[in-house]
Amino acid sequence: MSKLKLVVIGNGMVGHRYLEDLVDKADLSQLDVTVFCEEPRVAYDRVHLSSYFSHHTAEELSLVKHGFYEKHGIEVLLGERAININREQKVVYSSTGREINYDKLVMATGSYPWVPPIKGSENKDCFVYRTIEDLKAIEGSAKKSKSGAVVGGGLLGLEAAGALKALGVETHVIEFAPVLMAEQLDQQGGLLLRNKIERMGVQVHTSKNTLEIQAQGEHARNTMQFADESKLEVDFIVFSTGIRPQDKLARQSELTIAPRGGIAINDQCLSSDEDIYAIGECASWNESFFGLVAPGYKMAQVAVDHLLGNNNAFEGADMSAKLKLLGVKVGSIGDANGRTPNCKSFVYQNDEEGVYKRLIVSEDGKKLLGAVLVGDTADYGNLLQLKLNDIDLPEHPDTLILPAHAGAEKPAMGADSLPDSAVICSCFDVTKGKIAAAVADGQTTMAEIKASTNAGTGCGGCLPLIGQVLNAELAKAGVEVNNHLCEHFEYSRQELFHLIRIEGLKSFDQVLTKHGKGYGCEVCKPAVGSIMASCWGDHVLAPQLVSLQDTNDNFLGNMQKDGTYSVIPRMPGGEVTPKALGVLAEVAEEYKLYTKVTGAQRIGLFGAQKDDLPTIWRKLIEAGYETGQAYGKALRMAKTCVGSTWCRFGVQDSVGLGVMLENRYKGIRTPHKMKFGVSGCTRECAEAQGKDLGIIATDAGWNMYVGGNGGMKPRHGDLLAADLDQATLLKYVDRFMMFYIRTADKLQRTSVWLENLEGGVDYLREVIVNDKLGINQQLEADVTKLIENFSCEWTDTINDEVQLKRFAHFINSDQRDNNVVFVDEREQHRPATFSEKNPGAKGDILHVELEA
Amino acid sequence: MSFETVCKLHDITPGTGICALVNGAQVALFRPRDDEQVFAINNMDPFAQSNVLSRGLIVEHQGQLWVASPLKKQRFNLTSGECLENPTVSVASYPVKVSAGKVAVSA
Repeated sequence: MSKLKLVVIGNGMVGHRYLEDLVDKADLSQLDVTVFCEEPRVAYDRVHLSSYFSHHTAEELSLVKHGFYEKHGIEVLLGERAININREQKVVYSSTGREINYDKLVMATGSYPWVPPIKGSENKDCFVYRTIEDLKAIEGSAKKSKSGAVVGGGLLGLEAAGALKALGVETHVIEFAPVLMAEQLDQQGGLLLRNKIERMGVQVHTSKNTLEIQAQGEHARNTMQFADESKLEVDFIVFSTGIRPQDKLARQSELTIAPRGGIAINDQCLSSDEDIYAIGECASWNESFFGLVAPGYKMAQVAVDHLLGNNNAFEGADMSAKLKLLGVKVGSIGDANGRTPNCKSFVYQNDEEGVYKRLIVSEDGKKLLGAVLVGDTADYGNLLQLKLNDIDLPEHPDTLILPAHAGAEKPAMGADSLPDSAVICSCFDVTKGKIAAAVADGQTTMAEIKASTNAGTGCGGCLPLIGQVLNAELAKAGVEVNNHLCEHFEYSRQELFHLIRIEGLKSFDQVLTKHGKGYGCEVCKPAVGSIMASCWGDHVLAPQLVSLQDTNDNFLGNMQKDGTYSVIPRMPGGEVTPKALGVLAEVAEEYKLYTKVTGAQRIGLFGAQKDDLPTIWRKLIEAGYETGQAYGKALRMAKTCVGSTWCRFGVQDSVGLGVMLENRYKGIRTPHKMKFGVSGCTRECAEAQGKDLGIIATDAGWNMYVGGNGGMKPRHGDLLAADLDQATLLKYVDRFMMFYIRTADKLQRTSVWLENLEGGVDYLREVIVNDKLGINQQLEADVTKLIENFSCEWTDTINDEVQLKRFAHFINSDQRDNNVVFVDEREQHRPATFSEKNPGAKGDILHVELEA
Repeated sequence: MSFETVCKLHDITPGTGICALVNGAQVALFRPRDDEQVFAINNMDPFAQSNVLSRGLIVEHQGQLWVASPLKKQRFNLTSGECLENPTVSVASYPVKVSAGKVAVSA
């Protein structure tokens, strides 16, 4: 049987989702799939397009997992355009002369920006806002400009205005209608949005009909001429005046086109040709097309299901949206303008805080028809579920939008009231039923749910709701959500941290007597030891603390498999002088230490016997080294690239900042180890986005990423704040460090912490940047105290006679451990294996080495 | 049974262990609290075949005291030497006497 030949034209967000869904549901070995991708790169996230300006890497926006197409044998024709279709012979012709046969064809050609017929709108200072190439061109123009205007005050137009503002030019928004975002907001909501945006320095001009753009002006390169005879001089113009379905190829192939444009499709996403599907913005269902990504995703699923013979149908789309435009939160649900006959409204308006909320309900007051939220979208998730699932409203619908201080208790939506079919995550179309199934399957944390269902990994707006569903399902299953530290403490790490800090507890016995029971164990002892180190900064080997220290802290070195230790001095930012390097080499020679460059831009000496550690460190400290804390749950290092001092591409001094950061935070004990990275330009040679804290230089300052990780489960850090000056950056890092120390679970890296933090990086930003919890001053003060308390643990140790006694191998003999044996390897040495040490032994059950 | 004095009681910081050489054997001694109770088991971690148990954390589970190996955290009973994770594995345990502030072991 020959394989079914499937051709997909278009590799945008919807075209790619189609392929992902296909891979999920079908056996790709039975298919021969070819994809046309007109742009020079595979599918990327157009929704977050403007973040390109802060990241500057197209990879960041890519939607395609590395190797996805190769792995599934999907052929992608990059930069190649389908120029004609012969429907009779079922052939697609490409711009390079290629001819490809198909059995089934999927058109996902998207849309194109529509620019009104304005004289002069084709001059070199006029742009549209659609692709990464467009953004590159806008950025190039902004560099030589003082001012720019966005024509179009809709969703995308305001997004573009935000980008212009971020590029540092004087920004204008020109809107034809009397209000902004007329599609999504009512008049009052639009007005409030306008006020907020204007306060940010963006100039808004409504009811303006642009007639002409003249390529001349007194203060700028262009003059915009409006119908009311007013004028505006700006250097460049970005058009965001709507989109039209890209149906040119379909028209040419004589497929049926809808009256207002777009390839006409039925409920199965089939066009007038039963072998051709159309999905996404190029398709028109019921004579309307959808300029949002969620309906396109739904169409992709329907088309895949139809191809495979599964039941599914496209039944229209919910056009609700929640976004953040120029920092203003905006939400729109259903009939936002209250056009339903006899509908009623409930309105809450707070000019002081710039909040406007309106509910539109049915005549009988029982159902929610629509909602407008400006300035505060916390209620969006609940309201959307009420609307989508047609749930009866509470007796007093206004309680749904009133603030807590108004006294009325917000009716708990309760995840229980949602049907299993309720879509919780619309980015990935994850229903409540799917999450419930994952919970029943044993996935009981937010991070696990995200990893297995993808829910909450798109825009993240549904995370609070996922949390509610998760907790409700766990409660239903009778799983007690127990975050107790261990059998000795009925508190979470976070709770215990606060008790220790507030009550000033300084020994494990005090903590155990007051808040725990029994003797303690390998979980609570190091956890309490770490908390006390984070709170008070006392030496970890102090008599009341030494019994709490886990393996590596116990003798200030990482224990290796044979009981010897590694010695890793600090090399801040990876810097080391040649002279110091010489001393390191001498010490390594003298004590016969295996020497290796570590993954953290420093040098590790291995195989040191415990009783040699103090003298080894004495020599290193005399040469100017200090402890590198490679053994501690603490900041390990700041990895840096060479930066602007030497590198011809660098824009900031990354080594300088890295050295400073490492020295500032060294020694502070954290819930788990931490790694920093600082890159001097967007090339990111320090791989900072894979670190707990990543700093990347921009022309204007520093971008701060948090929660990255390498290791077992790599994660790119989330951008917390952009273009920071150094003083602000340090403040944010202080707060980030202390907030993590205070609230993380035991041995929880920042990546997992952030994944589990309700509200994710947006919440973290509220705390760190906007001081949502009002604790920032205290966080900074706590960090300052720890920084002032820093002293090198090894310097303190070698100067303390009592401590030194602990390092002998035997308490009653000067002999050494005769079980530590080395064999030569690659001009150095390694620990001997069991059979090397015991050539005659047959080996016990644990150490049999099988003959090959 | 002959006991050999290996150290003073206060040589062992409460809550920690030390290692002593007794008749050629490496003995790990533990003093869980600030009192005269001291336990002794063999110092070798049978899983890694390394002499490290004296450097482990003293822990309590099932109402008994154990030492968690500093390498991979298997726990060994301070009284019997039995391994909590795998009862077929155990280490030797030794009698200890504490008198007049001195610690003696028979091994």
